[in-house]
Amino acid sequence: MSSSLHPVHAAPRAPSGFWRRYIFSTNHKVIGLQYYFLALVAVTVGIVLSLLMRFHLVWPRAHLPFISGGLMRPEQYLALMTMHGTIMVFFVLTTAPLGAFGNYFLPIQIGAPDMAFPRLNMMSFWLTLLAFACMLSAFFVQGGAPISGWTAYPPLSGLGSITGPGEGMGQTMWIVSIGIFCFASLLASINFISTTIEMRAPGMHLMRMPLTVWAWFVTAVMSLLSFGVLLAALIMLMLDRSAGTSFFIPYGLVVNGELQAGRSGGWPLLWEHLFWFFGHPEVYIAILPGMGVTSHIISNFSRKPVFGYRAMAGTLCAIGFLGFLLWGHHMFVSGMNPYSSLAFSALTLSIGVPSAVKTFNWLGTMWGGKIHFDTPMLFSIGFVSFFVTGGLSGIFLAQPALDNMLHATYYVVAHFHLVMAVAAIFGIFSATYYWFPKMFGRMMNETLGKLHFWLTFVGAYCIFMPMHFVGLYGGIRRYADWTGADYLAALRPLHMFMTIAAFATAAAQLIFFYNFFKSLASGAKAPEDPWRGTTLEWATASPPPVDNFAGDYPHVFRGPYEYSVPGAPDDYTPQHLSPSEVAGAAEGDGNV
Amino acid sequence: MSDSAIAEGAGIGAGATGSNGGGIAGYGNGRGDELGASQTPQRAYVTGMVIALSGIAMFFMALISAAVVRRGSPSGDWRPLAVSGWLARILWLNTLVLLGSSATMLQARSRARAGDEIGFRRWWIATSVLGLCFLAGQLLAWRQLVFAGLYLATNPSSSFFYLITAAHGVHLAGGIIALLVVAFHPARRMARGTAVEIASMYWHAMDAIWIFLFFFLLSGGR
Amino acid sequence: MQFFPAFLRDGSDCSDGARLKNGTRGSAAPALLLFLSLIVFVGITVYLFATGYYAPPPPITPVALQIDHQYALTLYATGAIFILAQLGLGFAVFRFRDRGKPAHFIRGHVGLEIAWTLATAAVFLGLGVLGTKAWSATRFQPAAAGAIQVEVTEEQFVYYFRYPGADGKFGRLDPALVSAPTGNPLGIDPNDPAGRDDIVVPTLTVPVNHPVDLLIRSQDVIHNFFVRELRLQQDAVPGMVVPLHFTPDRIGRYNIMCTQLCGMGHYQMHSFLNVVSEAEYQRFLAEAPKQ
Repeated sequence: MSSSLHPVHAAPRAPSGFWRRYIFSTNHKVIGLQYYFLALVAVTVGIVLSLLMRFHLVWPRAHLPFISGGLMRPEQYLALMTMHGTIMVFFVLTTAPLGAFGNYFLPIQIGAPDMAFPRLNMMSFWLTLLAFACMLSAFFVQGGAPISGWTAYPPLSGLGSITGPGEGMGQTMWIVSIGIFCFASLLASINFISTTIEMRAPGMHLMRMPLTVWAWFVTAVMSLLSFGVLLAALIMLMLDRSAGTSFFIPYGLVVNGELQAGRSGGWPLLWEHLFWFFGHPEVYIAILPGMGVTSHIISNFSRKPVFGYRAMAGTLCAIGFLGFLLWGHHMFVSGMNPYSSLAFSALTLSIGVPSAVKTFNWLGTMWGGKIHFDTPMLFSIGFVSFFVTGGLSGIFLAQPALDNMLHATYYVVAHFHLVMAVAAIFGIFSATYYWFPKMFGRMMNETLGKLHFWLTFVGAYCIFMPMHFVGLYGGIRRYADWTGADYLAALRPLHMFMTIAAFATAAAQLIFFYNFFKSLASGAKAPEDPWRGTTLEWATASPPPVDNFAGDYPHVFRGPYEYSVPGAPDDYTPQHLSPSEVAGAAEGDGNV
Repeated sequence: MSDSAIAEGAGIGAGATGSNGGGIAGYGNGRGDELGASQTPQRAYVTGMVIALSGIAMFFMALISAAVVRRGSPSGDWRPLAVSGWLARILWLNTLVLLGSSATMLQARSRARAGDEIGFRRWWIATSVLGLCFLAGQLLAWRQLVFAGLYLATNPSSSFFYLITAAHGVHLAGGIIALLVVAFHPARRMARGTAVEIASMYWHAMDAIWIFLFFFLLSGGR
Repeated sequence: MQFFPAFLRDGSDCSDGARLKNGTRGSAAPALLLFLSLIVFVGITVYLFATGYYAPPPPITPVALQIDHQYALTLYATGAIFILAQLGLGFAVFRFRDRGKPAHFIRGHVGLEIAWTLATAAVFLGLGVLGTKAWSATRFQPAAAGAIQVEVTEEQFVYYFRYPGADGKFGRLDPALVSAPTGNPLGIDPNDPAGRDDIVVPTLTVPVNHPVDLLIRSQDVIHNFFVRELRLQQDAVPGMVVPLHFTPDRIGRYNIMCTQLCGMGHYQMHSFLNVVSEAEYQRFLAEAPKQ
């Protein structure tokens, strides 16, 4: 019974009233901006937490006025660390690339008036905001925020407050928050996938989609298939904590002198398997949109097609697929079957192949190009550099023999910060600078943008490169300070260097905030296509009208990266111009 | 930051909606199909439901694989929850009820196709009623387990039994609510036919998931 | 409206992206700066890694040496890729900055794609294959016959090491009997004769050149046993006993660290591995207090 031919109501009018327009809006652009500002708040909180951590690592005995008793206790350090990781991974890196930019630009880039399910979209955002509020509340409940890291391994996280401060109500709020976040992500991924499949403009074949759309699509599929697993694990953990079950708690634990008699036969490694089955795709969810944005921007600013478009689309899919098969590399020394470690290792090393292919293709896109160094391009170049550095340290960690000496040291911290905290964030920055004119109708200040780039580029390498050496030397992660063993004292100069670099780099981000908000208020007016780009978002006003194209929906005639086509009238040929329009432009004054 | 900047940023202030019954050039899957004047093509709802069911399937797969792993766990303390005797009888009955509800749903759709609105509604409501019976039956099974001294935390297999049946029950309850909404609440963007189609997809999927879970629980540890 | 002071204005209020069209943005300065900064970055990084900056202390077992060799091999391979990729990036942005000529239109090159895909796969998987030897030596093969067995019990935030004593058998453990204040932190069953001669100490003492087989377990949450000089670590998972074996070949005192977050005292959880002469070890066994 086909229902697609039944007449339906006409599209709703643009909503009126402050609340329906800006707060409870179903418009994907508003929702995208809501996600963006949520991520901005979250990243600010996350950076402040990390600065407190870095300060404590170098001056553990310093008197801090806002802490009762003056000295930061180790459990407070661990709470900062847990919340820093959780907030950054979930509320920044899973929210901004997909929720903010994906929501805003996916429909426009495929020529649609909105997402497939606008009300579901709105619900996803509000659930995410609720999750964030729950997460922040963990700081203020009795016992404070949890101390088990963003990985929350039981039994540390599974027995309540007897294992440590913050493991009572704080851990519960954490679990509730991430549980809500799982729902929000699942709903959002349904939207992204359905929209991409069903709402493309005529002529927008799969192989004509911008790589940003490919990246968001694969990311949404990964999200769909992984967050359900996390939700299952969280439910079991919550039952262990509050209903006396033993999914993860074995028999015979003696915690703080008390025998945990009611438990039996649970297996902590079960949590690790379930969590990392989600957790590994999660980190690819964080970086894939940045890869799409990087391809998109490098092509635009090199005035050349993406080198190997099909390979770029294929490697996104390969990374998405392989990303589900290698979670065990987080568990090489966990007591897991050592034979399965070899399988996980081989798969982990093989995901390096599509990642390397992407890097070569980015270089290939620039090669022979006509490169302009506007701020978006600078950050995309920075993305490539940091992705290479961070990715290569992964080659060490992918080998279990080397993981024997590097697991849980600062070497790992260096690796994941370089790819997530720097490369993925650079992806967000370059997307911001690139699409700010389109979203807000104003240009950002280029000089401040370049200053922001250089300070952050140098600063980020200064913060995270020394961590490799801290780890090689035996500096263990999640340590509140360095008094545990004598040899750790030798690491202090490195930590001092990193702390200073961290404060300086964080200060440099103020330039970005200043630029962002001042440009919002009074930046120069932006034209429709300031970067002379070919994709559909540049074929409409800045900012776009409510239905994205003012009723004049585009048809697509060519691929997304037709730059410097020989014989074309200009060095870019937009997707939406018919061949006769292009020919007409050749005869005309060059304005398209 | 001024309101107008946000307004402009959201694209709300300017521009027409541009869509007035046929004014939108057709869009859909890139092949130029004209799909009418709605914002969201009806087919997208079906796609969305398929996607949603995939996500839900992963959730149940996680629970099942956790149970399988736990059964084979090195601690060796899995005492299988024997699904036999009265427990098996209740569960078999529940399964039949749920299968019956799928049958009534098929009948409802056939009545709708024949244009028989009263018939459709009758069989559709019957489906929800059978769904409620299933849930009641599950609660009865739980009650019997409690009488037998098997609670949520008693042993690993009882924990998984409650967890798995509860997870399915929650999803089914959501399905019952959806059925009632479809029956009584007029559709706006979604055509009624589409709503019926996706609600049935969900319902049959919950049925199929139950069959799978049921046989898994039956095999509990043997 | 010009908000920014004059020195910050950079003509970004031009309309129609005229600046991109006119190629006025292709100045050499940013390109040169990027190339030079990448050269400096690569130089410093390669220098520090090559000269063993903050290298770990020397290995004390043959397997640890194997692991070090695998590390060096990986460093060479990834180092070469690192230099090529970063300098390639720097060179590309410098060489292909806008100098007025149009870009060279090319969609891709299948041969090149295949070539670098295979090359990368060969290098990465090759490294993996070469590394299996060190992994199998530590994990697939059991400890050598006659290895000294020591049970390692970890709990918040201390290590206990239990030797089986003269009878070579460990006494039965019962968690209900655990009571550190009364001197029975592991819960050794007093009714089990095998446990009477068990030795429980807070540091690990082993003789040099003798295989050691650790049985690692945890009393409460997940902990870890890590010695830098062994290049080995293993999580202590409650409910499991995981073996870890090695043969130290150098006398000395080495730090044992806990690398798995275990609570607020994680950073203080620490013990020592004492590798001593055979004579010293026998003295230790004789003089240690029995349960």
